[in-house]
Amino acid sequence: MDWKRFLFILLVIAVLFGAVVLVGMVKQEPIIIIASMLATTITVATPLTLGALSGLFCERSGVVNIGIEGMMLTAAFFGWLAAIYMSSIFGFPALPSLLVGVFFAIVSGGLMALLHAALSVTFKVDQIIGGTVINILAIGITGFLNRQLFFESGSVFGGTVPHGPGTLPNILIPVGQGVKAICGWFGPSESCLTFANSMDKIFSQGPITYAAILLVILSHFVLFKTTWGLRTRSVGEHPRAADTVGINVAKMRYANVILGGMLAGLGGAYFTLESVPSFEPLMTNGRGFIALAAMIFGNWTPFGAWAASLVFGAAQAMQINMQVFRDVIPPQWAFLQVSYVVGLAPYILTMLILTGIIGKTIPPAADGVPYEK
Amino acid sequence: MRQLAGKIGEGLKNSLPSAVNSLLVPLLAVLTAVVLGGIVIALAGGNPFLAYVGLFQGAFGNARAISETAIWATPYIFAGLAVALAFKGGLFNIGAEGQLAFGAVVSALIGYALPGWLGFDLPAIIHIPFAILCGGLTGALWAAIPGFLKAYTGGHEVINTIMMNYIALNLTSFLLNGPMKDPNPNNVIARTPVIAESARLAPLFEGYRIHWGFLLALLVAFLVWVLLWKTTLGFEIRTVGANPDAARYAGINVKRTIVLTMALSGLLAGMAGTIEVTALNHRHELGFSIGYGFDAIAIALLGKTHPLGVVIAAILFGAMRNGATRMQFLTQIPVDVISVIQALILLFVAADAIIRYIYRIRAASERVVLTRGWGG
Repeated sequence: MDWKRFLFILLVIAVLFGAVVLVGMVKQEPIIIIASMLATTITVATPLTLGALSGLFCERSGVVNIGIEGMMLTAAFFGWLAAIYMSSIFGFPALPSLLVGVFFAIVSGGLMALLHAALSVTFKVDQIIGGTVINILAIGITGFLNRQLFFESGSVFGGTVPHGPGTLPNILIPVGQGVKAICGWFGPSESCLTFANSMDKIFSQGPITYAAILLVILSHFVLFKTTWGLRTRSVGEHPRAADTVGINVAKMRYANVILGGMLAGLGGAYFTLESVPSFEPLMTNGRGFIALAAMIFGNWTPFGAWAASLVFGAAQAMQINMQVFRDVIPPQWAFLQVSYVVGLAPYILTMLILTGIIGKTIPPAADGVPYEK
Repeated sequence: MRQLAGKIGEGLKNSLPSAVNSLLVPLLAVLTAVVLGGIVIALAGGNPFLAYVGLFQGAFGNARAISETAIWATPYIFAGLAVALAFKGGLFNIGAEGQLAFGAVVSALIGYALPGWLGFDLPAIIHIPFAILCGGLTGALWAAIPGFLKAYTGGHEVINTIMMNYIALNLTSFLLNGPMKDPNPNNVIARTPVIAESARLAPLFEGYRIHWGFLLALLVAFLVWVLLWKTTLGFEIRTVGANPDAARYAGINVKRTIVLTMALSGLLAGMAGTIEVTALNHRHELGFSIGYGFDAIAIALLGKTHPLGVVIAAILFGAMRNGATRMQFLTQIPVDVISVIQALILLFVAADAIIRYIYRIRAASERVVLTRGWGG
C-alpha cells in the first residue's frame, strides 16, 4: 500500500466521520459519535472485507470473479434456511442452529464457486459472463425457493416465515474494562468513563466480523508466506511458467476459486445470521460488486482490500448514523436528511476509485485469461 | 443418457438446413434448460407437463394472450438490443436497468409536467415523440458516463454500470418519494402522476393492450441491424469490439467510439423504459425496472447479439413471463421458477461448451470475444 492511497483512505474516513460529528455535535459528545461511527464502520465493512478476500484468491490465481454478489446472496439464503430448519423443524437451540447456518452458508458459497470454476477453468467461458451467470442464477434460485418455501401453503413451513433463531450474539472484548481500570488509577473522571464506554461499543462485534479481520491477516500470510500462496500467485501471473515447473494450473485455480467462494459464503452468512435475522430477495444490494472495487483499490492485497472496505464501510456508516441526527440537521444541509442521497456515497466512491486518479493498480498478469495447454 | 443426447444433437444437425445450424446451440440450450426446469418443477411438487402446457396456453393460447406476450416482449427487445449493441462494441453494459429507470422517469416527467410548464396542451404528434426522445437521451447520457470513464480512465464498465444502477435506484427513489410523487392525497406509493392523454402511445387494436411500441421495437431492431452492418459507424463499433488495437491502427477514434457505443446502448435501454411509460403504465412506479437489466443480458446472449436473434429471444422471454401466471394457476408453482429456467438458459448459452459436450457438437471455428478483464 503506497502512501498516496493510504492518505486518501485516511482523508475520506476523516471527512465522513467529520461530517457526522459536525451534524451530531449538538446532540451528543463527539467521542461517542466517533465511537459509534467506528463501530458501525467495522460492522458494515464485514461483508465487503470477506467479498474482497474472495475476489482476491480468485484473481490472484487468474480467475476474474464478478459473481461474488451471487455467491453471497446464495449463501445468505441457504445459511438462513439451514438455521431455520435446525431451529424450527428439528428444534435445536438458537446458537447451534446459527452455527450450522454459517456452515451451510460457507458450503453453498463454495458450491457456487465450483460452478464458476468449472465454467471458467474447464469450459473456458468468458469469465465476466460466467460471473454474471452466477449472479442471475443466484437471484433466480433464492427468489424461487424463498417464495416456494415461505409463501406457498404446501411447503414444510406451511406458507409462513417461521420464527428464526435470531442472530449470532455479539462478543465483547473487555477493552473497556481495561480502560476503566486505568481510569481508576487516576481517580475516575467523567470523560474517562465515557471513553471506556465508547471502547465497549467498538469492541462488541459479531463473530463473523472478528473472523473477517482474522482472515485478512491469515490471507496475507497464506498468499505471501506459504508455498500454496506462491503457487497461487505464479498461476495468476504466468501460468505457462508455473505449468513448466510442474504446478497443476487447473487444480490451483479450482482450489482458489472454491476457497474464494467459501469466503464469500461467510460474507453471505453475515447478512442473515449476524446482521438481521431474516432474508430478503436481493438483500446483498451490490455489496459483492463494491467488494470487488475494494479489492482492486487495495491493489490485490489483503490489507489493502481491508482498508478499502473500511472506506466503504465508513460511507455506509455515515448514512446509518445520519439517520440518528435527522432532527438536528440544519436546514441548509437538508439534503443530508434524505437517506437516498447520502446512500449514494459508496457507489460514487467506487466509481471515483476505479478511475485510477488515486493511483493506478496492477492486476495479476494472467487475470481473466483461460489457460490453454 | 448422454448417448441419447448425442443422438438428438446428431439428428438435429443433419435434419436442419445449414442456416439454422448456427441456431443449434441456442435451441439446445433452451431445450436443456426447459428439461432441467421441468425437473425443478417436479421436485417442487408440480406436474412439469401441465406446467409447460399452462405456460404455452398463457403465452399464446388466444389473441389476448398473444397481445400480452407482445407487451412483455417490447421492453425486452429494446433492452436486449441495448446490451447486444454494447457487446458488438466490446462493452458489457450491465446497467440497462438504471438507464431504463432513468429514461422512464424523465419521459414520465415530460409526459405529465410539460403541458403545465408550457401553459398549453401539446398535440400528441409532438408530445409523444418528444417524451420518447427525452427518455432515450437520458438513458444515453446515463450510459455515456461509464463509457467515458472506460475510454478515458480505464475504469471497468462492468462495475461502473452496476454502480450507476444503484445510483439510479437511489435517485429515482428520492424523486418518486419526493419532488415527483403523485400528489393525489390517497396515494401512498412511490410513483409519478399519470401522464397527459397527449403523451400516450395508442393501442394497436381496440380491446387489446398491444400497442405501437411493439412495432416500434421491431423497427428499431431493424435500424440497429442497418446501423451495425450498413454504416461506417457500425463498422467502427464492430472493429473496436473485435480488436481495439487494430481499430486504432486503422485510424478509428477508439475512445470516441467507446463513448458513442455506450450512449447508443443507453439510448435503447432508455427507450425501453420510455415505451413502458408512454404506452402501458402511463406513469413511472418505483421498482418496475428491477430485473430488466439482467434479463436483457440473457436475451442478448441467447440472441447471439444479433438484432433478429434478440427479437426472437425477447419474445421467448416475454412469453415465459406472460405464461407463468397461467402456469402458477394450474400447478401452484410460483412464477419465480421462470427466473430459474431463464438463468439456466443463460448458463447454457454462455457456456456453450457444456451444450457442445452434452450433445457432441463440434466447437465453433473461432472464439468470439465478448468482454475484457480489468487489464484491457
